[in-house]
Amino acid sequence: MSGALVFVQVLNGLQFGVLLFLIAAGLTLVFGVMNFINLAHGVQYMLGAYLAVTFYLMTASFLLAMVLALLAALAFGLLLELAVFRRLYDRDHLDHVIVTFGVIIFLDHGVKLVWGSAPLSLPIPDLFSGSVRLPGGILYPTWRLVIVAAGLATAILLYVLIAHTRVGMLIRAGATHAAMVSALGVNIRRLFTIIFGLGAMLAGFAGILIAPILSVEPGMGDTVLILAFVIVVLGGIGSIRGAFVAALVIGLVDTLGRSFSVDILRLVMGPSPARTIGPALASMLIYLLMAVVLYFRPTGLFPVKGR
Amino acid sequence: MGEPVLQLEQLRKRFGGLVVTDDVTLDVMGGELHAIIGPNGAGKTTLINQISGLLASDAGRIRFAGRDITALSAHARARLGVARSFQITSVLSGFSALENVALAVQARTGSSFRFIGRVAAEVDLNEPALAVLNELGLTELATHIAGELSYGERRALEFAIALAMQPKLLLLDEPMAGIGREESLRLLDVLQRLKGRLPIVLIEHDMATVFALADRISVLMYGRVLASGPPAQIRADRRVVAAYLGDELE
Amino acid sequence: MQMSLKRLRPHDGVPILIFLILAAIPVLALIRSEDYLLSLFERLMIFAIAALSLDLLIGYGGLISFGHAAFVGLGAYAVGILSAHGMHDAIIALPVALLSSALFAYVTGVVCLRTKGVYFIMITLAFGQMVFFTASSLAPYGGDDGLTIAARNTLGGFALFRSEGSLYYLIWGCLLGAYCFCRMLVGSRFGRVFRGAKENALRMETIGFNVYRFQLAAYVIAGMMAGLSGFLLANATEFVSPAYMSWQRSGDLIIMVILGGLGSLHGAIIGAGAYLLLEEWLSAFTEDWKVIFGPFLVLVVLFARGGLLGMGKGLVRRLSGG
Repeated sequence: MSGALVFVQVLNGLQFGVLLFLIAAGLTLVFGVMNFINLAHGVQYMLGAYLAVTFYLMTASFLLAMVLALLAALAFGLLLELAVFRRLYDRDHLDHVIVTFGVIIFLDHGVKLVWGSAPLSLPIPDLFSGSVRLPGGILYPTWRLVIVAAGLATAILLYVLIAHTRVGMLIRAGATHAAMVSALGVNIRRLFTIIFGLGAMLAGFAGILIAPILSVEPGMGDTVLILAFVIVVLGGIGSIRGAFVAALVIGLVDTLGRSFSVDILRLVMGPSPARTIGPALASMLIYLLMAVVLYFRPTGLFPVKGR
Repeated sequence: MGEPVLQLEQLRKRFGGLVVTDDVTLDVMGGELHAIIGPNGAGKTTLINQISGLLASDAGRIRFAGRDITALSAHARARLGVARSFQITSVLSGFSALENVALAVQARTGSSFRFIGRVAAEVDLNEPALAVLNELGLTELATHIAGELSYGERRALEFAIALAMQPKLLLLDEPMAGIGREESLRLLDVLQRLKGRLPIVLIEHDMATVFALADRISVLMYGRVLASGPPAQIRADRRVVAAYLGDELE
Repeated sequence: MQMSLKRLRPHDGVPILIFLILAAIPVLALIRSEDYLLSLFERLMIFAIAALSLDLLIGYGGLISFGHAAFVGLGAYAVGILSAHGMHDAIIALPVALLSSALFAYVTGVVCLRTKGVYFIMITLAFGQMVFFTASSLAPYGGDDGLTIAARNTLGGFALFRSEGSLYYLIWGCLLGAYCFCRMLVGSRFGRVFRGAKENALRMETIGFNVYRFQLAAYVIAGMMAGLSGFLLANATEFVSPAYMSWQRSGDLIIMVILGGLGSLHGAIIGAGAYLLLEEWLSAFTEDWKVIFGPFLVLVVLFARGGLLGMGKGLVRRLSGG
């Protein structure tokens, strides 16, 4: 367990966290403002990845593929909102869960029909396909640093959007008290559509970013979805700041936990039990963390809802 | 009769930067009907929420029958005999009127951790429940679903629920609000009958009701008690008249 | 919904019919020499028990648990793990299955029930995931691939589980027992408080009920019942795997409850039946039957309020009332 190894895993954790933030941000906004549980958010992420692969095959340009995939993801998200979700805003949470669950099933299997079940991949753009030499002499994949940079840049843009623009103000107001915003005469339907579209794009963007280093396959959105939910709940529904903090925490805890659980446990028990309990404990870590936080703060770290 | 049943000592509640209840000290004697009046936003409902236990106070003490209940949960206080009605009527809409009241009876008789036996057939719950419904003139509506009753009938039902608890303190949050003349007369009648039997804290805007019923009145303004005393004293208090009553009196 | 039990008498016909049909299946299977019917309906009844327990939570308590499959898995793994260590008797396996699911329900319930709404859904989901991942990493018990059970349980030495016919009726009996228990629970003092808490928890608190305690008790009861279904599942399939407690399975359980009709108990049985039969039927057509299933679910929720039972009642009303 060398310092260099820890450093690498910290970077990996940050990269993972930043990716999760992109997904969780849209989710927390949709929850917070629209009070809509969107289990299908994970498929937006998956679609982003699949669309990036397809457009790359068509254009052979990563940049072009990314732009087209983002637009297509946005279009698809808006289509879903228009065709299905719009009718559900007044329904109770259970209906949201069922319908979006149905959408997941449909799309998880739908992509199999369109793209086949074999995992696909996307090559890293040449400019970023090398490694960067970090202090300590380690080589770290450039693309992962690109992801971190892109994620942080998006976070800053989001912050500017939310804190300093009119739309952002409406979003913040909506997250605190949606009915009030509507009563004040704001076109709430348009606001909802904007928020939903924004969320879909963010998730799609995450999918595009991850496609070069992770295999693109059906159901890839599902595990990530659960983590995104944990983050949203942990951070406090409706809070972008909460989602950011929670995402980084979860990313780091999960990555470091998985890498070092066995080593850490070896400090207190023999190698054999450590090797069996370690991985199990590592997978449970995030959920234990969430349970502990929710026990003391049943509405998350940065609750947004007004009284 | 000497000791107050309810004692509020320097109660404070803040929401973020806003202090809604500020250093509220007052008491309610046994059998007294103590009205709390004040403009909207003065903190009356918050105060009731603090007394009934739905809101935790930031500072101060609440004593009920000599016992410090500041740290007790809402349901523990209800068990001790603190009953309340809500400003926006709150009943179990999917249940029948009878079941609503029977539940209140159930809460104070025996254990509800019973998994056997059809509760709907329990005579020792239904009979007292019917009796209370009778008192409030709701007998014919006993089997009606609470959600289908008129607003005034639901208000009366809420009263019935509170009474079925055989409370030792009744907290009423604007019971007359939003109901028709006939129903308000009926409720007034019930209040008259209850007066003296148990301590009642009444929040009301209708001054006629307040001055007709109250033994004492406390005026709440921006979360503070501006004045407290018998109706005649309040009526004559120039600060109160200037700040709140104005031409409401005449 | 369901006010006094008096009003339910006419509806008792449906559950009676269900149990009669289920009891007749083995006879049908015998006549048509179709053994797979037995195992299909065994699974149907097993999931019906799990769906019943979930209907208790969602339909009567308003507690949307998205991690209910975890209890099924715990019950199943109790059988599997004990079997792997040479303990095949249900006298040990059943109490262990029930106790472990009850314990897990209690510990997680204590945390979950402090939250409401979406937070509750998420935290139950998370706990379900915890169990899923734990099971996946248990290498000595099959890990991801699952564990084949050498043989079904014996009951005090008797091979009751090992004959298909007796296993079927054993499961049937468990379903009947679970149904009657739930029926009784819902109409009891406890049930009324629990139902009242779904309706208006604040009101219940101000009447004097510690809603938390009631919900926790119900959560443990429902967890145990699901653990029972897991115990039966392991015996019927002679296999356990982490897939039994995936969040998709938890979602499937919710669908079964909604499909049949929330808050009616026998609706959960109908829903479980409809789901599994639909799965059987559709998968005969195409491997990608789920592509059809997804939109189907969406449509059911959007348009068929009250699930299949609701549709049935509507139909009856229209036929008899005109």
